[in-house]
Amino acid sequence: MLRTFRIGGIHPPENKLSAGKKITALAAPKQVIIPLSQHIGAPAQAVVKKGDIVKVGTLIAKAGGFVSANIHSSVSGKVNKIDNALDTSGYKRPAIYIDVEGDEWEETIDRSDALVKECSLSSKEIIDKIASAGIVGMGGATFPTQVKLMPPPGNKAEIVIINAVECEPYLTSDHSLMMEKGEEILVGVTLLMKAVNVNRAVIGIENNKRDAIAHLTQLAAGYPGIEVMPLQVKYPQGGEKQLIDAVIRRQVKSGALPISVGAVVQNVGTAYAVYEAVQKNKPLFERVVTVTGKAVANPSNFLVRVGTPISTLIEAAGGMPENTGKVIGGGPMMGKALVSAEVPVTKGSSGVLLLTKEESVRKPMQDCIRCAKCVSACPMGLNPAFLMKYTVYKNWELAEANYIQDCIECGSCSYTCPANRPLLDYIRSGKGKVMGIIRARKS
Amino acid sequence: MILIAVISLGAIGAIGAVFLYACAKKFEVYEDPRIAQVQEVLPGANCGGCGYPGCGGFASACVKADTLDGMLCPVGGAPVMEKIATILGKTVAEAEPKVAVVRCNGSCTARPRTNQYDGVKSCAIASTLYGGETGCTFGCLGYGDCVAACNFGAIRIDSETGLPVVDEDKCTSCGACVKACPKNIIELRKKGPKSRRVFVSCVNKDKGAVARKACTNACIGCGKCAKECPFEAITVENNVAYIDYTKCRLCRKCVAVCPTGAIHELNFPPRKESASAAQPKAAEVAPKTAPNKPEPVQVVETKEDTNQK
Amino acid sequence: MENKLYVSPSPHIHGRDSISKNMYGVLIALVPAFLVSLYFFGLGALIVTAVSVFFCVLFEYVIQKFLMKKEPTIYDGSAILTGVLLAFNLPSNLPIWIIAIGALAAIGIGKMSFGGLGNNIFNPALTGRIILLISFPAQMTTWPLVDALKPFPMTYTDATTGATVLSLMNEGALDKLPTAADMLIGNMGGSLGEVSAIALLLGMCYMLWKKIITWHIPVSIFVTVFVFTGIMHLVDPAQYASPFVHLLSGGLMLGAIFMATDYVTSPMSKNGMLVYGVGIGLLTVIIRLFGSYPEGMSFAIFIMNALTPLINSYIKPKHFGGGK
Repeated sequence: MLRTFRIGGIHPPENKLSAGKKITALAAPKQVIIPLSQHIGAPAQAVVKKGDIVKVGTLIAKAGGFVSANIHSSVSGKVNKIDNALDTSGYKRPAIYIDVEGDEWEETIDRSDALVKECSLSSKEIIDKIASAGIVGMGGATFPTQVKLMPPPGNKAEIVIINAVECEPYLTSDHSLMMEKGEEILVGVTLLMKAVNVNRAVIGIENNKRDAIAHLTQLAAGYPGIEVMPLQVKYPQGGEKQLIDAVIRRQVKSGALPISVGAVVQNVGTAYAVYEAVQKNKPLFERVVTVTGKAVANPSNFLVRVGTPISTLIEAAGGMPENTGKVIGGGPMMGKALVSAEVPVTKGSSGVLLLTKEESVRKPMQDCIRCAKCVSACPMGLNPAFLMKYTVYKNWELAEANYIQDCIECGSCSYTCPANRPLLDYIRSGKGKVMGIIRARKS
Repeated sequence: MILIAVISLGAIGAIGAVFLYACAKKFEVYEDPRIAQVQEVLPGANCGGCGYPGCGGFASACVKADTLDGMLCPVGGAPVMEKIATILGKTVAEAEPKVAVVRCNGSCTARPRTNQYDGVKSCAIASTLYGGETGCTFGCLGYGDCVAACNFGAIRIDSETGLPVVDEDKCTSCGACVKACPKNIIELRKKGPKSRRVFVSCVNKDKGAVARKACTNACIGCGKCAKECPFEAITVENNVAYIDYTKCRLCRKCVAVCPTGAIHELNFPPRKESASAAQPKAAEVAPKTAPNKPEPVQVVETKEDTNQK
Repeated sequence: MENKLYVSPSPHIHGRDSISKNMYGVLIALVPAFLVSLYFFGLGALIVTAVSVFFCVLFEYVIQKFLMKKEPTIYDGSAILTGVLLAFNLPSNLPIWIIAIGALAAIGIGKMSFGGLGNNIFNPALTGRIILLISFPAQMTTWPLVDALKPFPMTYTDATTGATVLSLMNEGALDKLPTAADMLIGNMGGSLGEVSAIALLLGMCYMLWKKIITWHIPVSIFVTVFVFTGIMHLVDPAQYASPFVHLLSGGLMLGAIFMATDYVTSPMSKNGMLVYGVGIGLLTVIIRLFGSYPEGMSFAIFIMNALTPLINSYIKPKHFGGGK
């Protein structure tokens, strides 16, 4: 019996339409829009101004705080303007517009395909390189990676867990990356292990990607301390706490960080970015994005420059289908519905999913019949039906006492509800409210 | 037989009485009798507009406080505060009556929809997701969180414009709607003499062209009103004008110069033709929404109409 | 964009589960028991079930349409289910007018007076049955005799009546009990849907397979009843029947599998379900062995229904990271 997390979980149809498709590099578009907030934390501060000439990999914005990340140009050309642009958040936020001219890279970047295994850098130097390359969690949470690698005092990392489960239906970007860049990922994992001074790493992969499991298991033989662990297919295994529970059977307590149980979790895409940053001097400015959907002509995995409008990707995958009802940035369970396809790709964009009109519309909500299917599905062991009720009645004390703040917003409750109740809509807003109350109490 | 029943029942009763009495004595809580008196004069709506948890909380806060400065029951207003002052033997600071003002005029016609929201019809939930169904990410979402928050039925969504409308007579300026609005569109403003007010009905911070593209009624931050204002009551910050109601003297010059009709005037008598030279111009530029026309058209009418009742 | 995109919070896909799917799932699970009752009770079973379903759906429609002034939801299957479950708890020779009263009590008092599906405190079918049991004790406790050799008897109200296992036990006539095989198949007197343990267990397997219910409630009831009556049987075999007899007799199977597992009136957390099941088991046995009523299942479920909100607020689901 394969391992998995122990509470709740669901199994939505996988629909991995683009599985097995090779990664295709897309050329830079005419203009890129690079948002200054591509990560959790303070927005980066622009260090270029209108009219500046930049190359691929030039630093264009500096981290705006401890929890923040550098941003580099993904193209060469001229800064057109710094203005507000609609991004995946659904709001207009500052972004740098760059008009593309040619494709000239910074000289420091090693553009060869040769694998560089050796690394003589110290832990501190690796972390500094990661920070300066602006690497963030590539699974979608976009938490600045260097912060995760510096455990707060009193905590000691014991194991690096690589999140390669890709539990979201439809998405295959991590899968394709593992198939094509296996060696690089393993070097990246080795670097991460060195950065946090541990000698054990586990790559957790769901069992629906057997080719990737076989491929990486074979390669990992050459990398001491790295183990590939096949996991049962269950959503939301990619949740940090769920993955830790699945791999090392420890549950992170409410409000605590994964480091409290000795785990450092990194996405497999992040491991690859770490390899490129440390061994090739290449900052994070491009990533693999899956473009998929049942009506899409050619579901594909593209290597895309950050800042490319999503519409360009959709064109490359065969164009926007006639009856598109929803454009989603990310997967169907946790992705964000986008207002327009002109939104740019950011460091956290793992996929673009196009749903048809019929798939997009929600069914009308009925009264709760207390079937407790949401309770069975909740991976955090909460009672979503009650949390929704507390939010509707604004009973924040009860909501907090019932751990609304622990909700990971995976959407399993709304997915299962036979009465089509928008449980997560309410819980998310109640969680925000309660988190605010908790913060206010602490300060 | 009957005797035994009577005696035993009597004994149980007596024991119970003693027990209850003992409990009442032991757990008795002393409460300042003035709290009850103050609570008596309060409206009892428990709206929380005063900032305290319900009328009871406000009453005990009034009794405990040294002065009544800054304490106001927005529902009862000055008369109630005076009564409280007499009960407590304190003086009360005069507070100006206020009213909730909705600072968005992005009606369905002025602000075309660019997408369709399919989530829970709640402003709080929609606003955590994204900027809204139109190009304007600052404006009213129209799902009526303010309506739900109002304890006095003083606010409703106009089906024509999709915007909230405040009923001045019913509004107690408790501020519940202000807190409920995730977009910070609703503001408590001075009610003004004869309920006459001038305000900027827009909070869009986008640059002029962007704002105008999203909504024909938007403030574009051109600053004409600020230049026109003789009392320096208008500031333009982040591409949006704001009228400081403590400085505004209701001259209405700004209303006339606004190119988009974003500045609204309420409850003024119709203007004479000679009142302002700029007036026809304003009406020409934004004929649909200029609020200074003698017979206001649809968008503004709904606002005025409730106000004049 | 002429083609307006939809925007909504995540998740963007739904599991396609629905209330009616679950309700019809339970109805499918009840089919075997219904076939058995047709075999033993014949025309009576058919009439009672049809009448009960008809009146339940009718009352649901009328109350929603004219009293609550909302769109009737008779197609979600919940009224049909209430009708079938009510019928299964009635003797197969019950007069039609009593069934109609039972349906009105079930839908009107048990369900709609609380606001409809999802808001009721007590299981509607059970409410109907208990009101009938208290109001018409004579008609509700005389069951037609069963003869396995005569399938599908065409008798209805004129059927010959006889005792049930539980009334025999209550009278202390342990030696007259039917054989275990008869009890499993359902060759004994009783309410029309409760007689065949095998058919009901088949239904339970179907519901577990379709994930309509979880094992917690029925299993905890079975185990509790088995252990409690087993101890009593060991103490005094002459007075107390064996635990197998208790498990297979009366409405225990029907109650544990179909009545106690009603979504609306059972607890939501797994541990809560276990507490609820144990409570039902204990109360059932206490009423059966020490009470004056021969059957305690209905009252036990009814009492535990009332305690469900309490269980829900005190017994929470196991919280992630809250354990060891």
